[in-house]
Amino acid sequence: MAKKTMTIHLKIWRQAGPDASGRLVDYTVEANPHMSFLEMLDVLNEDLIKKGEEPVEFDYDCREGICGSCGVVVDGIAHGPQHRTAVCQLHMRHYRDGDTIVVEPWRAEAFPVIRDLVVDRGAFDRIISAGGYVSVNTGSAQDANNLPVPKPNADQAFDYAACIGCGACVAACPNASASLFTAAKIAHLALLPQGSPERQLRVERMVSQMQVEGFGDCSNHAECEAVCPKGISISAIARMRREYVKACLAGG
Amino acid sequence: MNTTKRQSFIKSPVGKKILTGITGLGLVIFVIEHMSGNLILMLEGSDAYNAYAHFLEGLGPILYLLELGLLAFFVFHIVLGINIWLGKRRARTHRYVKYRSAGKPSMQSPSSRSMIITGGILLVFLVIHLVSFKFGPGGPLHADPAYVTTVKGEVMRDLSKLVLEKFHHPAYAFGYPIVMLLLGVHLRHGIWSAFQSLGATNPRLTPGLYALGGLLALLIALGFLVLPLWIYFGGAA
Repeated sequence: MAKKTMTIHLKIWRQAGPDASGRLVDYTVEANPHMSFLEMLDVLNEDLIKKGEEPVEFDYDCREGICGSCGVVVDGIAHGPQHRTAVCQLHMRHYRDGDTIVVEPWRAEAFPVIRDLVVDRGAFDRIISAGGYVSVNTGSAQDANNLPVPKPNADQAFDYAACIGCGACVAACPNASASLFTAAKIAHLALLPQGSPERQLRVERMVSQMQVEGFGDCSNHAECEAVCPKGISISAIARMRREYVKACLAGG
Repeated sequence: MNTTKRQSFIKSPVGKKILTGITGLGLVIFVIEHMSGNLILMLEGSDAYNAYAHFLEGLGPILYLLELGLLAFFVFHIVLGINIWLGKRRARTHRYVKYRSAGKPSMQSPSSRSMIITGGILLVFLVIHLVSFKFGPGGPLHADPAYVTTVKGEVMRDLSKLVLEKFHHPAYAFGYPIVMLLLGVHLRHGIWSAFQSLGATNPRLTPGLYALGGLLALLIALGFLVLPLWIYFGGAA
């Protein structure tokens, strides 16, 4: 009878805590080709627990590619070799029996490793807190279509709004820059009438927070766009720069 | 912009890129002008070349002003480039055991990854180049009667003679083209990247701009490297 599982060799980054030094540890797991990458890690963890070893910590939530919780660097590429998916949507059928896969956490000073493959992405929350929102007055609900939005703007804003904040852009960037994440939010809100009143303050504060968090500067490698599970274009970054210049000139 | 705002602009991640882009494009215009000047020697001969150099010197205060501006562009471009590189090193102290590009639409390339290296080599080259030619024999602070000529009755520096001499040395004749190829590598990423840094791109424009940037980088490199090879292999004789 033909073999139904595949043997996968893994080299996984194990790090006991934020201050511990980590290293790659070799594991071998029998995986079903229809499993997702995370399910394959689940199988590994079950094996480890049965053997009385510490399971590999990794982040996940929805496993449908829409929440932005998961994310590891698979063989040097954030979210793995398949484009426009988070690693939870990468399936083992894309690998061959006997393959060796290197699994590492996002690496950036602004994303410190908490344990194994889990990093602290609080820096993203603080960038959003700095201005990635629309202030609204409470009161009775507005009539629908009270604020007309041109269709092309709505479409483009939606493309930028698709960001799930997973952090792959930072992980893949040779400079560990958070420009795509920050720019996606700035571009999304700048394109909509609701976001316009606060656009100047928003771009200044978010860009400044990005710097405070210790992310690197963008060098236009566009690697972020290639690994983004939502395929967000670096045109967002160009728009952020236009917004920034406008804010500087208008601010006097 | 007031002073505080100007300072925060220069230090901000976006401001730094905008200034790097503006100074970079300014320097591209300069190298195109310089390349055209070089080609006069090849296409129109020594007298025309010397006359052109003499015309530039004759601009006097205007030339000094242009040179001062050029110097400022170089200084800003270099300081910001080093600053961005240092920042990138600080931003990821633990490097990946395995790292590779995900491929298109990434524009990561040997060119984009080596900007600090090609830029550094160009800086060292620039110093040697200025000492060899601009401040070489017959130039400012270095009067030499052997490098004086007369074109249409006007006495001027014989820059052409110096250029021909230098490019008969294999070190100059081959070193210069190699550095010019590295300039091409620097501009392969640099030209389109400057437009992106200025926000002057969109998804429809970017592929064309990237292709045009590469073509212009290639033309600039070729425009510079033909002269020394032409001289070395006896084209000027």
